[in-house]
Amino acid sequence: MNPELVLPILIPLTAGALSLAFWRSIKLQRILAVIATGLLLAAGIWLMHSTIEQGFLVVEMGSWPAPFSIVLVSDVLGAIMIVLTGIIGLAIAIYSLASTPKGHEKFGYYPLMHLLLAGVAGAFLTGDIFNLFVWFEVMLLASFALLTLGGERAQMEGAIKYVTLNLFSSAIFLSAVGLLYGMVGTLNMADIAQKLNSVEDPGMVTVVSLMFMVSFGIKAAAFPLFFWLPASYHTPQVAVSALFAGLLTKVGVYALYRVFTLIFTQDVAYTHTILLWAAALTMLTGVLGAAAQFEFRRILSFHIVSQIGYMLLGLALFTPLALIGGVFYIMHHIIVKTNLFLVSGITYRLLGSYELKNLGGVYRQRPYLALLFLIPALSLAGIPPLSGFFAKFIVVKASLEASEYVISAIALLVGLLTLYSMIKIWAEVFWKKVPDHVTDVGRLNGEIKNTHNWAYYVPVVGLAACTLIIGLYGQPIYVLAETAADQLMNPQLYIEAVLGGTPK
Amino acid sequence: METLMAYVVGLLFTASIYMMLRRSIVKLVIGLIILSNAANLLIFVVAGLTRGAPPLIPDGASEVVGAVADPLPQALILTAIVIAFSVLAFAVVLIRRAYEVVGTDDLDKMKDTDT
Repeated sequence: MNPELVLPILIPLTAGALSLAFWRSIKLQRILAVIATGLLLAAGIWLMHSTIEQGFLVVEMGSWPAPFSIVLVSDVLGAIMIVLTGIIGLAIAIYSLASTPKGHEKFGYYPLMHLLLAGVAGAFLTGDIFNLFVWFEVMLLASFALLTLGGERAQMEGAIKYVTLNLFSSAIFLSAVGLLYGMVGTLNMADIAQKLNSVEDPGMVTVVSLMFMVSFGIKAAAFPLFFWLPASYHTPQVAVSALFAGLLTKVGVYALYRVFTLIFTQDVAYTHTILLWAAALTMLTGVLGAAAQFEFRRILSFHIVSQIGYMLLGLALFTPLALIGGVFYIMHHIIVKTNLFLVSGITYRLLGSYELKNLGGVYRQRPYLALLFLIPALSLAGIPPLSGFFAKFIVVKASLEASEYVISAIALLVGLLTLYSMIKIWAEVFWKKVPDHVTDVGRLNGEIKNTHNWAYYVPVVGLAACTLIIGLYGQPIYVLAETAADQLMNPQLYIEAVLGGTPK
Repeated sequence: METLMAYVVGLLFTASIYMMLRRSIVKLVIGLIILSNAANLLIFVVAGLTRGAPPLIPDGASEVVGAVADPLPQALILTAIVIAFSVLAFAVVLIRRAYEVVGTDDLDKMKDTDT
């Protein structure tokens, strides 16, 4: 019995239920939010520790033997994702203490946040394809409600696109699960992987695999299915944006990693070539979209799309080094992207706008904040010695080794254009003078006292420290990614661990 | 029977996508409702239809006798219906709020957040 495998799901669910019980006491909900996400991080680290020790952790729900029960499985990739969920959850919970408006807190912000984290954690740990669908829906429903909390016009417009596209993707996912069940008669992912090799009609398997690719591609915001993301991610209040930016699309990426390393490896030349070009175009369209934007969070939203491309590239090349790069990239990206959104929230608080033309002068008044922006921004662009450099380096090296020179060129060009975007933000928000038409500068000059400042800065400093650690002390992280990639490349280990019943 | 149901599933998917491509958000939600039904029916049919053979173990035996209906797709559909119900309930509330806030039900007029 491994309690640490169940805790990452149980803690947020319990915290969510407790938050509902304390509906009237916002204070208790706030305390609970920080404690529960802290515990989630602790459970994640515990899980990581035992996963590294034992290779795979498997828990069969209700003690039914493996192919019949719903299993929870953790390999190193799953454990990494859970730790990241804990880090982001804790950062957002602390940040929310200061940034979330009172009205949102009264209408169930914290219970929804816990529910979202539970859905994300469940999706990372489940070993059953239908259960994965259920966790996706838990996560989506919480995200729908968080996205529309506040009910402003932009939020409604963004939410309609977000909800429609995600429901459409869920329907494709569900149909694909149904077709898969019709072929192999099982829902356990390890069992599916084993039985798919003896299906008489391999063409049908490829069709189903593409249905999964489309469905998860929509959720991961890959080209050409990304347009819901930049239309909606900049509309809710900033802590929600940051939470979504860090975790939600990455669940889609994780699902692609899981399904296309474990289950659909029959026709790699076909499926992974489609992924490869999707990855290249995702990078390119995302970064070009960002170049055309002049709103802080919209720029960042488009960069989520372009960075998803790098992660897909790692999967699409399907070599050990590429998978290491992909996993490393996910780790780096979740932390950096959340941090950038959090910084945009601080500048919004100082100057009351996300439009670049209404921002300025932050460097003069808050040089330390400018530094805190530069760390994730340069890391996103891939400047050494920050985390993004190593992540990009590994992925590009893998693409060169696979002789995909066009792809490598695109990846490098996109890195350059990312730097351009980050410099654009730097110049507009931090470097230039406060524009003349902006009169509300009391907060920026420190004439109006800022309350709860620590809650804004603690998460930003913490995440920046994580970026620096991944960059400067990268060897252990690299080894971690290497172990994860090694397990992904050898799905046989996963199958044995699940169906053998005993942790190996 | 399976062939007929396959066509019905195809028809439902076609109808739902047609409805989703319309400009009115009400029709969009109707499209989503039909879409979830199409997916549910697909799961039900794809595992094969067996009539008049419930998966019950007779008295004294330790496993089922002969070919019986597969109970799992029905359990899956039940889960999927509950999920679709809750999600669609949210979607209906959302379009009502959107109509109130934006003042139109035309998707082409909801482009403020796109560019």
